[in-house]
Amino acid sequence: MFTTGQAPLRHCVALLFGAVGVASLFAVALPRLTAAGNVAPTAAASAATVKIDNFTFLPASLTVTPGTTVTWKNEDDSPHRIGDKNGTFTSAALDTDDTFSHTFAAPGEYPYICTIHPRMAGKIVVKPAGKSS
Amino acid sequence: MADDKEKDLLSSPNMNRRGLLKCMAWTGTGVVWTLSGGVPRTLGLIGGAAAAEVPQGALTFVQISDSHIGFHLPPNPDPRATLTEAIDKIKAMPTQPAFLIHTGDISHLSKEQEWDDADQVIKSANKQVFFLPGEHDVADADNGKAYLARYGKDTKGKGWYSFDMAGVHFIGLINVFEFQPGFKSAGLAKIGDEQLEWLEKDVAGRSASTPIVLMAHLPLWTIYEQWGWGTADAGRALGYLKRFGSVTVLNGHIHQIIQKVEGNVTFHTAASTAFPQPAPGTAPAPGPMKEVPAAELHKYLGIRTVNYVRGKGVPALIDSTLVA
Repeated sequence: MFTTGQAPLRHCVALLFGAVGVASLFAVALPRLTAAGNVAPTAAASAATVKIDNFTFLPASLTVTPGTTVTWKNEDDSPHRIGDKNGTFTSAALDTDDTFSHTFAAPGEYPYICTIHPRMAGKIVVKPAGKSS
Repeated sequence: MADDKEKDLLSSPNMNRRGLLKCMAWTGTGVVWTLSGGVPRTLGLIGGAAAAEVPQGALTFVQISDSHIGFHLPPNPDPRATLTEAIDKIKAMPTQPAFLIHTGDISHLSKEQEWDDADQVIKSANKQVFFLPGEHDVADADNGKAYLARYGKDTKGKGWYSFDMAGVHFIGLINVFEFQPGFKSAGLAKIGDEQLEWLEKDVAGRSASTPIVLMAHLPLWTIYEQWGWGTADAGRALGYLKRFGSVTVLNGHIHQIIQKVEGNVTFHTAASTAFPQPAPGTAPAPGPMKEVPAAELHKYLGIRTVNYVRGKGVPALIDSTLVA
């Protein structure tokens, strides 16, 4: 189960690092929430970018490890808005050069569209490192 | 007929951007349409002698669409100014419309300031206005909450409504919230079951001779699915209206005038007051036609007057550009 709330997110992160050991959990800086409710990347977390241009998400499918913060950047002349099909993450409309970030804690597939131009589709695949598909 | 001309031009292998611009310029010069027996005929250009022969109706209203206040790029860095010109044109009409309809994309980014600016311009017409949201108006992080708080009073569900005026039944449908995978695109807008059930009940008791005006932002017929220019479950909505003698569908979204007749139903998309978009499939993507020079912009922008003559169920539609 994946939610965008702060408490479940901390919970997921705690679970994630639980295997590593309690001591290391305290050493890891938890992602902090920005005013917009998005998770800002920390030094410990990895980051990836999806570019939006010419009514296309680039790359259309992006595979990341759990805990990665994905940032969408709109480099198009038209505004776009990220909306995942299960309603767990939605951005406001992104004007040209605006960005939106979301941290993916739990493994899984997250298909999304642009709700302004629903023919535009993309997918984030969250997979633990070292696991082959 | 313009429809045939457009179709021929579009299907021509020689169709290119230049040809398209010519075609758009032709359709955008202010053609007067009259609907007689459900078949649109071109009477002539606005300002020509034929235009004066359009009878004054028992009910006149004006459609404006896609004002995109907040847009700031070529070909129109100031859509507020062109919206003002559209409203000024309405204010100068010799027969004043009973009310206005705005078929969506009032704002560009669902921002309060954009709606404030739009409202300020539109209210100078001093007319009642019936709004519908475009997808740009429900693009806040809360899925349309801001639009509904502002424009959704006295509406059902997520903003849909109906009303009667001078014997004509008006229906405002919302097709910017729900999507389903299409055959040629990842997502195509839909009206949704709850709204369709409401529509079925809304028209159930009405006489088949009641003229119907069906309004929605996205086209209620599939114009070009690859660009999402259609509504997946529009057929079900139109099915409920099959028995009516006159159904006029007014849409926005595609920033150009495209019309189609199907039995008793006539479909019309409207010009934008902000910027044109390319004809279906003639560009890699349906964004603003930024190459349109400033001097040409007004040819592509416009308003639509709809004129019901008492005793006739089918309205006359007049599309006129913002060329002074």
